[in-house]
Amino acid sequence: MAKFKLPKNSRIKKGRHHAAPGGASAKTRRFKIYRYDPDSGDNPRTDTYEVNTEDCGQMVLDALIKIKDETDSSLTFRRSCREGICGSCAMNIDGTNTLACTKPIDEIPGEVRIYPLPHMPVVKDLVPDMNNFYAQYTSVEPWLKTDSPPPANSERLQAPADRAKLDGLYECILCACCSTSCPSYWWNGDRYLGPAILLQAYRWLIDSRDEATGERLDDLEDPFRLYRCHTIMNCTRTCPKSLNPAKAIGAIKKMMVARR
Amino acid sequence: MALRERPLSPHLQVYRPQLTSVLSIFHRLTGVFLTSGAAMLVCWLLTAAAGPDYYAWSEWFLTSWLGYALLAAWSYCLFYHLSNGIRHLFWDTGLGFSLKATYASGILMVIASLGLTGLSWGLGLLFYCTR
Repeated sequence: MAKFKLPKNSRIKKGRHHAAPGGASAKTRRFKIYRYDPDSGDNPRTDTYEVNTEDCGQMVLDALIKIKDETDSSLTFRRSCREGICGSCAMNIDGTNTLACTKPIDEIPGEVRIYPLPHMPVVKDLVPDMNNFYAQYTSVEPWLKTDSPPPANSERLQAPADRAKLDGLYECILCACCSTSCPSYWWNGDRYLGPAILLQAYRWLIDSRDEATGERLDDLEDPFRLYRCHTIMNCTRTCPKSLNPAKAIGAIKKMMVARR
Repeated sequence: MALRERPLSPHLQVYRPQLTSVLSIFHRLTGVFLTSGAAMLVCWLLTAAAGPDYYAWSEWFLTSWLGYALLAAWSYCLFYHLSNGIRHLFWDTGLGFSLKATYASGILMVIASLGLTGLSWGLGLLFYCTR
């Protein structure tokens, strides 16, 4: 059920202000960052950090690392590859979900507002609890399923045209930017699989080597798991890899009709 | 320390409104509002069937300033819901999913709904005046 207001323990309070170490300069930018400390017992708050961008890398992640290094070592966030391939640093930056490591600071006018991925339980600061998301991924059984034995002395081969069907799907890094941008996933994330997982489900549905297409469709034939998608298109709008989860979901819905 | 329930990260509070989500929520809102229009339509038909004395009530209400305002809103919502419904039919056939097409069809849909509303009121007034 849709609850538009945040629960009592989640309402955001006014936080602290941290001046840039070494004083402000012409290239000082303000970062307003969501903070939540599970040990304090306090509600979440937003702290403001001043960052001198003159001696800082150009991406938002560079600024976050700089803040953690120089101003406030307690700032907590996930990061790993710093080049848009691991999906760890997905967060809500300037009102849309994206990867901090591929979002240039210069693209954001004014104060840089950073929040965790929307409508998720927060473990600490910018770190959301992804357990439900991963459990949903597990539920679509994201591996090649076959009944027939593999050809002798060969892999299961695929025609170039069939392989091309996986383009735009296999690139998904499961950062959850799309799922957590989807209002439908916000209100029904416990039962609706969301765009990221459905794109992954389609990746296996359309694989010419997979032999469990029927079972996979049976699993999705549900008012919630698939059909909570109302083609809002926030997912495609926000995908940091420029993929199109809405199109994949549309293709699944078409497969459902075609098999009747 | 007792385990605390994790807070929920902000969603509507921080997510930037954009064409995709705004057009979608208005589709829902116009649909809900049109339900009341359908109820009014039934009332109008019922009073028309019940005779001139009853029909005068409908006429009185619908030609009041509130009646005209509601009719204007219902007619716009109808054309909005219709135009966006056609947009959804294209999506249902797998067409127009690219971000560019989504934005183009969204803007076109809003223009079409405004144009159709203006056209229907213009034609209505034309018939009314030349009667």
